[in-house]
Amino acid sequence: MKLSDITIGQYFPGESPIHRMDPRTKLTLTMVYLIMLFTARNALALAVGVLFVLVSYPASGVSLRLILRSTKPVLPIIIFTGIFNLFLVAGEVVWSFWFLSITDEGIRVAAFMCVRILCLIAGSALLTYTTSPIALTDGIEMLFSPLKKLGAPVHEVAMMMTIALRFIPTLIEETEKIMSAQKARGADLESGNIFQRIRAMLPILIPLFVSAFRRAEELALAMECRCYHGGEGRTRMRILKVSWIDAAAVAFTAAFFSAVIAANIYAIDLAGMVSEL
Amino acid sequence: MSPIIKTDGLSHIYSAGTVFEQAAIKDINVEINRGEFVGVIGHTGSGKSTLIQHFNGLLKPTSGKIFVEGEDIWEKPREIRRFRFKVGLVFQYPEYQLFEDTVYKDIAFGPTNMGLAEEEVDKRVREAAAFVELKPELLEKSPFELSGGQKRRAAIAGVIAMNPEVLILDEPTAGLDPRGRDRILGEIKEYHEQRSNTVLLVSHNMEDIARYAAKVMVLNQSRVFMYDTVESVFSRARELQEMGLSVPQVTKICLRLAQAGVEISPQTYTIKSAKARIIELLGRKRPNEAE
Ligand SMILES: Nc1ncnc2c1ncn2[C@@H]1O[C@H](COP(=O)(O)OP(=O)(O)OP(=O)(O)O)[C@@H](O)[C@H]1O
Ligand SMILES: [Mg+2]
Repeated sequence: MKLSDITIGQYFPGESPIHRMDPRTKLTLTMVYLIMLFTARNALALAVGVLFVLVSYPASGVSLRLILRSTKPVLPIIIFTGIFNLFLVAGEVVWSFWFLSITDEGIRVAAFMCVRILCLIAGSALLTYTTSPIALTDGIEMLFSPLKKLGAPVHEVAMMMTIALRFIPTLIEETEKIMSAQKARGADLESGNIFQRIRAMLPILIPLFVSAFRRAEELALAMECRCYHGGEGRTRMRILKVSWIDAAAVAFTAAFFSAVIAANIYAIDLAGMVSEL
Repeated sequence: MSPIIKTDGLSHIYSAGTVFEQAAIKDINVEINRGEFVGVIGHTGSGKSTLIQHFNGLLKPTSGKIFVEGEDIWEKPREIRRFRFKVGLVFQYPEYQLFEDTVYKDIAFGPTNMGLAEEEVDKRVREAAAFVELKPELLEKSPFELSGGQKRRAAIAGVIAMNPEVLILDEPTAGLDPRGRDRILGEIKEYHEQRSNTVLLVSHNMEDIARYAAKVMVLNQSRVFMYDTVESVFSRARELQEMGLSVPQVTKICLRLAQAGVEISPQTYTIKSAKARIIELLGRKRPNEAE
């Protein structure tokens, strides 16, 4: 995989309704969606959760291919979780070999976990695909601003996040440049055992750290030159505004959440009725 | 004699198959002969850096072939490292790749990767350092303690120490003062003359190209627009200016003088030759006042 193929946390500019939503609404609704996924207790409820992302993606204009790409790096985690649950959850044994055994409950839990994690990633990727990093941190800062009264450094943390996000592409580009330069001097990054490989990374990591520190110093200086002195009394260039799109999105999410809860209750009733019979 | 580097329909597309797809070089067919000093010019984004990274196999062509000493370098991808030692590449701002705790060790990185014996590495490091005029006592210092120009020279020494058949430098003088610039280019010229190796110099400075290179490759919009001797390339001043490039200032002056009726050739590229010609003309017109 090439470094530049990583798309998590990448923003794709656009004009879709989801792009135009207030970042605060998007953040809150993403959180609500994550809760929704873990509230779902049966297949029907989970299907409603899956439907939610499937409907949201077309509305954002972000291609479905991109979600698939975004899940690629976490695929090992998903597979690991799936296998872990498959073999370790107690229940009625349906298949066994040597000391391994798969239970009906194991299959169910494994399938649930995999679908949940996939939705979780697709849902949060939708947030970062459609929200510029600046808008995102602005939203986070405003959502958490009540904590400022308790003395929490909300502005500082948000500023740090903005800067960190801003520099991810720069650092990736820089890493590729340094890698090319060391390869040009015959650095061998591809072969050897794990220790040799870690050692082979040093010629890349050291210049990378040196330049990250240099950049940080330059940036701090540039900010001070422009009289940056923290969040106190700072006004914003872009004022966040809630519009009818946000209202619609809230209603849409609320409808799905209700459907999930209804599915939970309805299916439990169903199970109850079955056992009564 | 066969060319040391030859390309055959070389093209490179960045991020192929995505929305960010971009053709950086298209259908490049060039031959670089052994022992030549070639200047590479072209406006920003014309594909110079992309092209030279193909010569040592850092970038793999989207289509086309590269031959180094007659061998197709991508025939056996596992052996690509061999060609990185034959074709040494100095990147733009090479000082940012220094990493060892002493200058000596950093210069030794390349030769050590080649698997040379310790004495040979030592010999090469000292020779390379001498070429770029780094004093022996600086070798034991940390590269991060050097001045900007010294760092740059140390990084160039790191590539020279591999004794490559072809030395490619991507804007080696960017961000240096005029004296630092002349010094580095002078050292490269000397290296070229002593070892009679092939040198490719990417530069935006036409004066430097006219002064040091024998041939010039002009890239325009991802293609090779001209590849000829300095004289014939700079004689097409108008075309160069149309594509946003220029000719050396002294050439511009001579062009104007020639237009004004002075008997001076517009094919004058260096201050030295212009000066000689002007003195000659002055001497001829006013023999009494020549002093
Ligand atoms: N890593 C990359 N990914 C995507 N596109 C790239 C990459 N590197 C270069 N390009 C694009 O390829 C084209 C050629 O770039 P290149 O760096 O080769 O130009 P250049 O002639 O060296 O320019 P300069 O004089 O500014 O150094 C440019 O349009 C550039 O945007
Ligand atoms: Mg370049």
